[in-house]
Amino acid sequence: MSRRALYQFGYRRTRDQDSAEPARHRVAVVGAGPVGLALAVDLAQRGVEVVLLDDADRIGEGSRGLCYAKRTLEILDRLGVAQACLDKGVVWKLGKVFQGEDLIYAFDLLPEPGHCMPAFVNLQQYYLEHALVERVSALPGIDLRWRNRVTGLDNRPDGVVLEVETPDGPYALRADWVVAADGARSTLRDLAGLDFVGEVFEDRFLIADVTMEIDFPPERRFWFDPPFHAGRSALLHKQPDGMWRVDLQLGPQADPEAEKRPERVIPRIEAMIGHDRFSVDWVSVYSFQCRRIARFVHGRLIFAGDAAHQVSPFGARGANSGIQDAENLAWKLARVLEGTSPASLIDSYDRERSAAADENIGHSTRSTDFIAPRSAQEVRFRDAALALARSTEFGRRMVNSGRLSLPSVYDSPLSTPDAPDDDWQGGCPPGASLPDAPVRGPDGGATWLLRLVGGEETLITFGDPGFDPPDGVRVLRVGPDVVDREGLVATRLGARPGAAILVRPDQHVAARWMRPARDAVARASRRLRGHGEVA
Amino acid sequence: MTPPGLDTACRLADPDAAYRLLVEAHRGLSDEDSARLNTRLVLILANQVGDPGVLREALALARQAGSAPSVHPSR
Repeated sequence: MSRRALYQFGYRRTRDQDSAEPARHRVAVVGAGPVGLALAVDLAQRGVEVVLLDDADRIGEGSRGLCYAKRTLEILDRLGVAQACLDKGVVWKLGKVFQGEDLIYAFDLLPEPGHCMPAFVNLQQYYLEHALVERVSALPGIDLRWRNRVTGLDNRPDGVVLEVETPDGPYALRADWVVAADGARSTLRDLAGLDFVGEVFEDRFLIADVTMEIDFPPERRFWFDPPFHAGRSALLHKQPDGMWRVDLQLGPQADPEAEKRPERVIPRIEAMIGHDRFSVDWVSVYSFQCRRIARFVHGRLIFAGDAAHQVSPFGARGANSGIQDAENLAWKLARVLEGTSPASLIDSYDRERSAAADENIGHSTRSTDFIAPRSAQEVRFRDAALALARSTEFGRRMVNSGRLSLPSVYDSPLSTPDAPDDDWQGGCPPGASLPDAPVRGPDGGATWLLRLVGGEETLITFGDPGFDPPDGVRVLRVGPDVVDREGLVATRLGARPGAAILVRPDQHVAARWMRPARDAVARASRRLRGHGEVA
Repeated sequence: MTPPGLDTACRLADPDAAYRLLVEAHRGLSDEDSARLNTRLVLILANQVGDPGVLREALALARQAGSAPSVHPSR
């Protein structure tokens, strides 16, 4: 499907195209979507030079990935683009579920204050991509090549050779590592001959970007069987620029070409909003699949984002999980390339992000079962849950209009389990992503915990640990260096004075101790860097 | 902690997983076979509840919830 260009970039010839032998690079990332761009920025911030190839030369219309979750915004903050997203995006946290004309229930995604980032920001994917492209051009070390289409690949034990087609003809390049972030229809996945398997859903959905004046608050509205679209589901989400995302279930029999025509689309939207003062900016009809490749790492070829796993749009798990793939991979790849971690560290990317993909596919599949029931009996189950939701809590908890993306807790060989005699009450266990909290930094300025931690391996201690940290571990002492402004660091980490939390470069917790000792911290640090025993 | 009688708070740690179990159990069944499976399941769960008072309350809730407007099947 061709989309109107919103941002146009230029193809430029590179030296590689005049090289007799394939030029050698450390990392080539294929696909300049949100995942490839985020990975390139993260690698560049870690001092790794990247070649980033994309077959197009523009960012096209169509909002596509729309809801960016808190954890993703925290990652984007570390990558230097969160502020642009917050400035442009629509912050929302309230969701409402209707049946017919009746409100069944409402949910508040972030009732808790004391986080730098909101629960969700709605932003057309093109704005995120544009912010990332701007960031790419401001950073040294990223060679972004538009209209460079990969047509062949040779996956060797010590690197990957890519055949690339350009307006000036073909050339080849060699990279020690190649990351395929080239989307659900990944060319690299096809070239590598990998099966992309899972569940296929027959229902078709109409998705449209509609610009209109309407007096609706910035909240997610989901209808089962609304009066304007009887017997099916509908979703309305606010976007920047007075634009709205409309998503209407059409059923399995819908003809995708016919349904995209204005004479079909416009009456549906008129019925939904009750007037005709709107314009349709973009429309598409989709069906979806929940599927993944069996392994995300194939020697020196790594898959990330939709190229590795695909979910339904219900739950905002596509772009969010892809960006979380990128952050999981970037620091590991940087360490392996600088020779400070063994190549086997990359296997933990496969393990951690495969489990995350399974979790996302599970949630997405269950939401889809609920939203698009496949048999008379499934319709009855769905209707029963909706009916019971009006009067019972358990019924409300069964109503599933999409479970919105939360970061995975990694069950990982990089984690050091809690010591048996450490009596943690809640807090943040190994494998979980570090919660944010308001703090005052070493310079006395008000800031946030995650900003202080950044992308470095960090030992957060409550008070002075009484020992020098192991090599390469930065220490943040709550008390001496960091002021826990509202006591939320200690509360959210479940930490008492003397405790210590070891945080990975992707802000996930690797280990924690109530009474840390230097050798235990050193062991956990070696383990998170891939030098430990492999489970 | 649990009040006597029918508990309508959510008792399932993962309601989505339980819902999926039910849906999966019916995949591929004819409508008649689905109804039979559900009926056997009701008897099994009634026995598990074990308390005729709770069962009566559950029946009353099921009847009352059934009087809410129903969603038309999408096919």
